[in-house]
Amino acid sequence: MIFERKHIISTKDFSRDEIDLILDRAEELEPVARKGHLDLLKNKIIATLFFEPSTRTRLSFDTAVKRLGGSTIGFDTATSTSIAKGETLFDTIKIIESYADAIILRHPREGAARMASEISSVPIINAGDGAGHHPTQTLLDMYTIRKECTKGIGDLNVAIVGDLRYGRTVHSLVYALSLYGTKLSFVAPDQLKMPSNIINYLKRGGIEFFETSDLNKVLEDADVIYMTRIQKERFPDPSEYLKVAGSYRITTDMLAGVKDDMIIMHPLPRVDEIEPGVDSTKHAKYFQQSFYGVPVRMAVLSLVLNAEM
Amino acid sequence: MTTERELRVKPIVNGTVIDHISAGQALNVLKILGITSHTKSVVSVLMNVPSGHMGAKDVVKVEDRELDPEEVETIALISPKTTINIIRNYEVVEKFRVETPRSVVGLVRCGNPNCISNTNEPLESRFFVESEDPVRLRCSYCEFVLETELAEHLL
Ligand SMILES: [Zn+2]
Repeated sequence: MIFERKHIISTKDFSRDEIDLILDRAEELEPVARKGHLDLLKNKIIATLFFEPSTRTRLSFDTAVKRLGGSTIGFDTATSTSIAKGETLFDTIKIIESYADAIILRHPREGAARMASEISSVPIINAGDGAGHHPTQTLLDMYTIRKECTKGIGDLNVAIVGDLRYGRTVHSLVYALSLYGTKLSFVAPDQLKMPSNIINYLKRGGIEFFETSDLNKVLEDADVIYMTRIQKERFPDPSEYLKVAGSYRITTDMLAGVKDDMIIMHPLPRVDEIEPGVDSTKHAKYFQQSFYGVPVRMAVLSLVLNAEM
Repeated sequence: MTTERELRVKPIVNGTVIDHISAGQALNVLKILGITSHTKSVVSVLMNVPSGHMGAKDVVKVEDRELDPEEVETIALISPKTTINIIRNYEVVEKFRVETPRSVVGLVRCGNPNCISNTNEPLESRFFVESEDPVRLRCSYCEFVLETELAEHLL
């Protein structure tokens, strides 16, 4: 299969075949991501334009480029650049496309990456736009599930816990998993339940899902528990937040009745959703998940730049 | 159509009769056509006219004026059942129903304040039409869905 997608903007643009292709490529590149070097991006310059700070994501992309032998240019906040003087994103893209072979863009406005992809002659990779898409996060989540679970993605029961209403990376993950027919469980307080458009989408597609506000109800059956952070500011009443925050915390005690091969994921950073004691159990995969961002981003870069393996 | 006959508005010589406007949308139609107190031509506005299959409808008659395609497209967004009658020399020379376009470019402002299209970037707003009646638009940049109070988002 030829990878025809030049830009990486939204997970929703992808078919299951395309996701599989990226994950396959990531698997090939994983040994290099761990400790190695390739020349796939030799003589390529990749621009990382971070209009809002996200050190973790930027370092992950930076590592991916360097492991593939490319070099990076860019900035990591817009304050010190001409953008602070009112330059449009449009102009920035038109200038940088003549310097770089690909542009990794993080921008506070939703739809920024889509706009950039329409005007750029070089590939745009969306590294997050506002509350919007963050496709490489979804891809690395999918890669983690594929690598760390003993069954195929379609045979799993994935429980997603926390802020399901505003967390759009969670929405992208649900979309991607739905392409595989994965069984889904959603655990959230009433205020932060999965939005109705996503619920309707799953119903239309005949995807099996279960909703609850009680984390204990999903522990036993889950193959994956995907924890997310609940933000305090989502709750008008701080005492309501405290009630909820406490009930969505994984502790070592809770692991007594879970499946032997159940894995716990978290996009990080965590606040107190996972007790530190859990880190040393075989279930904890969140640091591994974070590492998998590197081979997945290497895969994406090599595919959009048509770098032959 | 007896209701048409009952209207106390005399037939126009030349111009456009915009009929079957969703009740309550006549003033928004005037806005789309740029009709203000300064407009010189004769304009008749009928609101809440009893209508067989619509219950109630609005009608706007504009003399000496034919609509351009963009105006018709915009009317379709706020009132998808509207029919346009072009009158020349008392005769209806053309009659058609407005058609909702598949995409809407540069006509509507995105309802998401954080959308890239609501900035000073040199781009036009762009929506995919997800449903025609009622009209539901999805921003092709940020995916925000606009479905109520479309008239308030007209550019
Ligand atoms: Zn928008």
